[in-house]
Amino acid sequence: MAKLYFTEDHEWLSVDGDVVTVGITDYAQEQLGDLVFVELPEIGRSFAKGDTAVVVESVKAASDVYAPVDGEIIEANTALSSDPALVNSSPAGEGWLWKMKLSDAGQLEGLLDEAGYAAHIG
Amino acid sequence: MTGDPIRHLPLEDLHQSAGARFGAFAGWSMPLTYPAGVMKEHLHTRDHAGLFDISHMKLILVSGPQAADLLDKACPLSARALAPSQSKYTFFLNEQAGILDDLIVTRLGDERFMVVANAGNAAEDIAHLQALAEGFETTVEPLDRVFLAIQGPEAATILAEAGLAPEDLLFMQGFEPRPGWFMSRSGYTGEDGFEIGLPEADARELLTKLLADERLMWIGLAARDSLRLEAGLCLHGQDITPETSPASAGLMWAIPKDIRGSGNFIGASALAKIVADSPSEKRVGLKPDGRQPVRAGVQLTDADGNTVGRVTSGGFGPSAGHPVAMGYVANELSKPGITVFADVRGTRIPVQIHSLPFTQHRYRKG
Repeated sequence: MAKLYFTEDHEWLSVDGDVVTVGITDYAQEQLGDLVFVELPEIGRSFAKGDTAVVVESVKAASDVYAPVDGEIIEANTALSSDPALVNSSPAGEGWLWKMKLSDAGQLEGLLDEAGYAAHIG
Repeated sequence: MTGDPIRHLPLEDLHQSAGARFGAFAGWSMPLTYPAGVMKEHLHTRDHAGLFDISHMKLILVSGPQAADLLDKACPLSARALAPSQSKYTFFLNEQAGILDDLIVTRLGDERFMVVANAGNAAEDIAHLQALAEGFETTVEPLDRVFLAIQGPEAATILAEAGLAPEDLLFMQGFEPRPGWFMSRSGYTGEDGFEIGLPEADARELLTKLLADERLMWIGLAARDSLRLEAGLCLHGQDITPETSPASAGLMWAIPKDIRGSGNFIGASALAKIVADSPSEKRVGLKPDGRQPVRAGVQLTDADGNTVGRVTSGGFGPSAGHPVAMGYVANELSKPGITVFADVRGTRIPVQIHSLPFTQHRYRKG
């Protein structure tokens, strides 16, 4: 059973064993507006928490999406290459961004749960 | 402008009720998008009609026996050659022929002209005109007006049904339909459309009719930008600046031929020299390969990595269906079809020089 976490930077993490799926929240996609391009990370690349893993581009601007924890990229959502608007229509589902292999489970402790994130966005 | 408090639109309450998301632009708090989102807003304008609050822009009335002389000094213009109701795209230039602002001047009467100036330059424009006016028998009067744009193929019908009869007005004509009003057939989208300046109370009354029309929706600044970029129209401060001349910007069409060499406007001799030497760079349309937008500030290189230009505006064109951009490249690379390269966060993206506009203008020229 996957467990759901959130960051203050408006990402969600679904953690299943040591596999973390990352996406942006509905609140974030609404702030960004219609996405037209998602720059996906290379498989096998390692990121430290806080590194820019993905860049999402709306009609108007480019925005960074940060790695919420340390880890190695094991999959990127290639469906977004042809249909970046999936992030807008299904941010918590088909619009996921990447999967990474968790290297330090301790980092999950600093993240928000659903209620904490709801309070964060007020 | 730094340190000035942010200014609010007179109709801000209407945008708030419409659910607008606001952002700062040129010192103003402006609606960037409405709940429909930039993509739908953009396409709706091209398919039906969009309503824009452009009250951040400034209407300046120039009148008096020497109003035309003042404008001929301030702009590369033959103000007396304008027919009544005729509008003209023009500029304020500095002595080096750099573009201080781009404007639309409309002849309202023998001695009466309306100047429409950009928000970001309005204060400087007014000061500039008022300083120049000291040598002329003329009055420079900035007006407090709500300024609305109605743009798109259904704009004329919608306005006609709201009691304004725009049928006789053609593209780049303007007049005063009622006391305190100014209306022109022009815009910043490439579509047929109108701009109407009017007192706030009149604007609120007109808007109760317009907003009841389902063919019309509010359009934010984000879609205004993507619409004008597809239409190949310049944004002052980005695509044209005091460092660029009408010659390198490809805007010489706006300057009457008979005054290019002999005009007495500010910047005339510098401009004549730039034209004689032919400018070293040119403004062009840019079409990045693939889906990734290439945005303002990105340097352009040739195949060997030498810098050959820069992007001044860039984003995604919802009607074009691909990224669109505008910028400057060295003269010899300015022909459509030539490939240059943009470095976006380490990825080298091929960019084709593209003719402007990206989407055909659909003006009503009669």
